[in-house]
Amino acid sequence: MTAAGAALDRVGPKQGWLAHRHIGLHTALIVLMIIWAIPTLGLFINSFRPATDAFGTGWWSALFPPYNFTFENYEHVLGQSNIGTNFLNSLFISIPATVIPIFVAAFAAYAFSWMEFPGRNILFVVVVGLLVVPLQATLIPVLSMFASWGIAGTFLAVWLAHTAYGLPFAIYLLRNFMGSLPREVFESAAIDGASSVTSFFRLALPMSVPAIAALAIFQFLFVWNDLLVALIYISIVNPDNLPLTVSIAGLMTSQGAGTEFLGAAAFISMALPLIVFFGLQRFFVRGIVGGAVKG
Amino acid sequence: MTDKLITAVIVVIGVPAVLVGYIWATEQVLRVLPESRRPAVRPWLWLAPALAFLALFLVWPMLGTAIHSFQNHPGTEFVGLDNYVWFFGSSDALSALKNNVLWLIFLTLFVVGFGLLVAVLVDKVRYESVAKSVIFVPLAISMVAAGVIWLYMYQYKPPGAIQTGTLNAAIGIGGLGPVPWLQVEDFSVNTFMLIIVMAWMWTGFAMVIISAALKGINPELMEAARMDGATEMQVFRGIVFPLLVPTLVVVSTTMIITALKAFDIVYSMTSGQLNTNVIANQMYSEMFKFGQYGRASAIAVVLLLAIIPIMFFNIGRFRAQEAVR
Repeated sequence: MTAAGAALDRVGPKQGWLAHRHIGLHTALIVLMIIWAIPTLGLFINSFRPATDAFGTGWWSALFPPYNFTFENYEHVLGQSNIGTNFLNSLFISIPATVIPIFVAAFAAYAFSWMEFPGRNILFVVVVGLLVVPLQATLIPVLSMFASWGIAGTFLAVWLAHTAYGLPFAIYLLRNFMGSLPREVFESAAIDGASSVTSFFRLALPMSVPAIAALAIFQFLFVWNDLLVALIYISIVNPDNLPLTVSIAGLMTSQGAGTEFLGAAAFISMALPLIVFFGLQRFFVRGIVGGAVKG
Repeated sequence: MTDKLITAVIVVIGVPAVLVGYIWATEQVLRVLPESRRPAVRPWLWLAPALAFLALFLVWPMLGTAIHSFQNHPGTEFVGLDNYVWFFGSSDALSALKNNVLWLIFLTLFVVGFGLLVAVLVDKVRYESVAKSVIFVPLAISMVAAGVIWLYMYQYKPPGAIQTGTLNAAIGIGGLGPVPWLQVEDFSVNTFMLIIVMAWMWTGFAMVIISAALKGINPELMEAARMDGATEMQVFRGIVFPLLVPTLVVVSTTMIITALKAFDIVYSMTSGQLNTNVIANQMYSEMFKFGQYGRASAIAVVLLLAIIPIMFFNIGRFRAQEAVR
């Protein structure tokens, strides 16, 4: 091993962007990116083509002249009367349905990680076990419960339902992350007289930012893209509170199999989740506490 | 309009305030108790909100479902194990069960494998955020849209016609005839095609979680190994992978459960026809198409029982992990 070879071997992250040793790495990554992008790209291009073109030839033929692109699919979708209201409703549903489970799960994860109590492990396993409950099996009993409380069709009903459905995974993920934080940090805080609340807000939460950011993204996406829960708990009772997904699904069914609009509708509903994803990405920073996290 | 404004204020300010206020209040409540009793009570106050949600919306409805699985359709009388006897005697249900096993094995392998590969690769390049975004985008798409996207990918036109489906056009270049991907039952080809759609969606999920764990690894550990002349492969095998194992278990568990609950893709792309059915879709059909609540409930219970071995495996791991803390 020459000195130069050894030096190349030690090329760390973010270096050697075109060093010849890394050709394989870039090739593999770029091939994967292309494979992952093509399906969406195909629908995206088709969403700008007139229906006759989209049904007659593959999306790639639109890349060659004669060019024949149109905004009419988007105009048609945005021209539907309630899209603005539905968009706002989706926000009103998604934000609390993301915030509440993260807080509630963080409280529980903190207790599971750093408090001693009898039956702790069994209870944690039971909570995670609830991940497997198929939603369809709870819809009818829960709907009748909402009806008896008089909140069927309200945003509150959907917040509560989404919180419960999201909790098992949220607790699992946060407990896994919080439990791997260094014990010494919490012990020395306790010695210094910090209360549990102080430790939680000053230490556990800030140190768990990467896990919380990831969780926030997923929970937001699940709620934003959810059709079933909103359909069952809102649409039957209060059409004014419908989220975007339900109205877009309605658009599809009312158009028959109007797939030329479906592409446009899908991309309109994807816009915000993508902004959220890009916005939160910068929180995935390397080594949040001087790298003291044990994986 | 004022309604919307009030709602917005509640959403942005009220909800977080209530949550933070709750935890602050627990500490005030504890002050009333004698010092010696506090550690015993405190954990339950922190767990109370989560446990209340889970009990009301998951445990209680599931218990109702479990009881219903021993009853006839309207829930008026008990029929013993009839619904379960039907399940294990029905070729449709058993075929759905077999497909779920395929989903469980291949979806998990694919998602965890590719998620790990991408997470490790992107960590070394400058266009990390671009690459991550490309892989992650499918998860931001709703299931219905993903179904449509892949119907375009798999589209079949008879040989000789212009192929509009990406996959058939691609193999056409290689001189192969078009294949009706979602209709080939041999070797469960159509089921594999559905698994690919789900894997395409979920790889980004695995990648982000694994990537977050990767960022949590102390860079000094890796730097030290590199200073000692370790190759990137040795660093990965000796340091990175062992530290990622707990995270990989989390992701695998999530994917196994996702595979067992697979529903939307099957429902929207094939409706479970041609031997592609899965348990959750079978349950949905029994409930909403045939109105067989007793049978649907029994299927839900079987689904729940299928997860128990996975849970036990996780308990074992969890205990081992706790031992070293």
